[in-house]
Amino acid sequence: MSLRADLATIAKWIKPDSSILDLGCGDGTLIKYLRNNYSVRAFGLEIDEKNIEACVKDGINVIQANLNDGLKTYFSENSFDYVIMTQTLQATKRPDLLIDEMLRVGNEGIVTFPNMAHWKARLQIGLGGYMPVTKYLPYEWFNTPNIHLCTVRDFQRLCKKQNIQILQTSFVDFQHSKSTLLMKLFPNLFGEIAIFRICKKLNQITTQPL
Amino acid sequence: MPETIPDNSVGIVEPKSLHFSEPLLLECGKTLPEYDIAYETYGELNARADNAVLICHALSGDQHAAGYLTKNDKKAGWWDSSIGPDKPIDTNHLFVVCINNLGGCKGSSGPNTKKPGTDQFWGPDFPIITVKDWVNSQYNVMNALGLKHWHAVIGGSLGGMQVMQWSIDYPDLIKHAIVIAAAPKLSAQNIAFNEVARQAITSDPDFHQGRYLDFDSIPRRGLMLARMLGHITYLSDDAMRDKFGRELREGKLNYGFDVEFQVESYLRYQGKSFVDRFDANTYLLMTKALDYFDPATEHGDSLVTALSHATAKFLVISFTSDWRFAPERSQEIVKSLLDAKKEVTYVEIDSAQGHDAFLIPIPHYMNVFRDYMSGITP
Repeated sequence: MSLRADLATIAKWIKPDSSILDLGCGDGTLIKYLRNNYSVRAFGLEIDEKNIEACVKDGINVIQANLNDGLKTYFSENSFDYVIMTQTLQATKRPDLLIDEMLRVGNEGIVTFPNMAHWKARLQIGLGGYMPVTKYLPYEWFNTPNIHLCTVRDFQRLCKKQNIQILQTSFVDFQHSKSTLLMKLFPNLFGEIAIFRICKKLNQITTQPL
Repeated sequence: MPETIPDNSVGIVEPKSLHFSEPLLLECGKTLPEYDIAYETYGELNARADNAVLICHALSGDQHAAGYLTKNDKKAGWWDSSIGPDKPIDTNHLFVVCINNLGGCKGSSGPNTKKPGTDQFWGPDFPIITVKDWVNSQYNVMNALGLKHWHAVIGGSLGGMQVMQWSIDYPDLIKHAIVIAAAPKLSAQNIAFNEVARQAITSDPDFHQGRYLDFDSIPRRGLMLARMLGHITYLSDDAMRDKFGRELREGKLNYGFDVEFQVESYLRYQGKSFVDRFDANTYLLMTKALDYFDPATEHGDSLVTALSHATAKFLVISFTSDWRFAPERSQEIVKSLLDAKKEVTYVEIDSAQGHDAFLIPIPHYMNVFRDYMSGITP
């Protein structure tokens, strides 16, 4: 089974027998893969009716809810090892609040998003003077669901601001799961899709002996 | 009568009955010395006896969930939309059992049947029955039919509450729990509606303290009012507007108190026809069972603790326009299941039909229901 590049990376990061919550799980591709190969306990959150039906057909536990309320309504603190959100962050109302919510519910979060500072996007906006349209961002500015696009650097800055620790990163291109040397050296220029594994920073003060 | 019985119907069904001579201890402290349970079955039990599913009925339901009792029946059973060959509860693969709950009025022991060994109607002396008591009696039916467990227990509304109780009280005997348009317990508003319905019945001069059968009378007006009130709570504002609007029956205002608007005519018709098929004392009992339902009380008032006993996988379904048991009530169930680390799928069906939507074959609802059921077919 060939898995989308970012999903394949996530699969490598997940500890077997862990519990995962996939936000915007689509037709359940990632959950199915993880369930079959790593015996994880998995739930999906999804809003689209057709996707939900596909999940139910495959015996995936799915909760019909939108991302903005779903986490708050249904999930308690630290109830999952991983809360995962692939290629969805940029389409949410408040990515910053959502990431906090992810790290309330999950011990760790895994986020993937398209990097707007990839050189192809930079060329289009810098030289062409128009909003980038690429294979991984196929929308025009007027019909895109992606209302909060960001770059690798933007995301790193958000993590710093929200006291979030970056545990692991990977950068892949849309078609190939291989991460090239250029992507590793200059992720914000050559990484098409960014993958971050994050957690809350431990509060330093409470761990200090009196 | 349906001209021809449709292919996806279970067809003509046979009413069946079981007699239990072992006394049943009830939650209220009283005992039913002996009792009958009327039931129907659809489909065949397989050789491994692992394909039996139990359908739990709601307030005014009964054992006749699918098919036709005679060729002359105008209407099929109350959940014919979901039970039958190739329907979500697929009788090609499943052995479906639906029973008339104790206290009912369609053949099981209840207020309109005679006290054992006497010629007297039970009437108001029939003990108060709870959801837990029903589940215990359904457990006895399961054994009497030679079944080892239920592959699934399925119900909507008050039926969904029985499903939850099954998953808590007999966790090892139910593999899948399908809870539709239900709530973990009634709200004050729900109880208030039930109380108005009960007052309508008991204040009818023909009620005779519940002994109306001895007086050869029926509290028609009271039961009709109770049903009319119920009907308002089963429909949504939108559904009523779509169905009736402010349409006039005679096309003009008559400036009187007779039926003028179509909605009045509809409610009166629903109320009147209900009186002919339902027993007032049963209505009182069923509403009390609803009021008392709260499985958390036995478990330190925690639904999470209560459900932590369950081993079943859950499918929970709610409907957006249902205000009797709104989606938020199903969300409470789902949240508790998740906190109790249970397996659960939850869908919220977009619908305009109110609480009644659970009986209506809405495409997304039917797809999810069918996909879930076919995925778990033994």
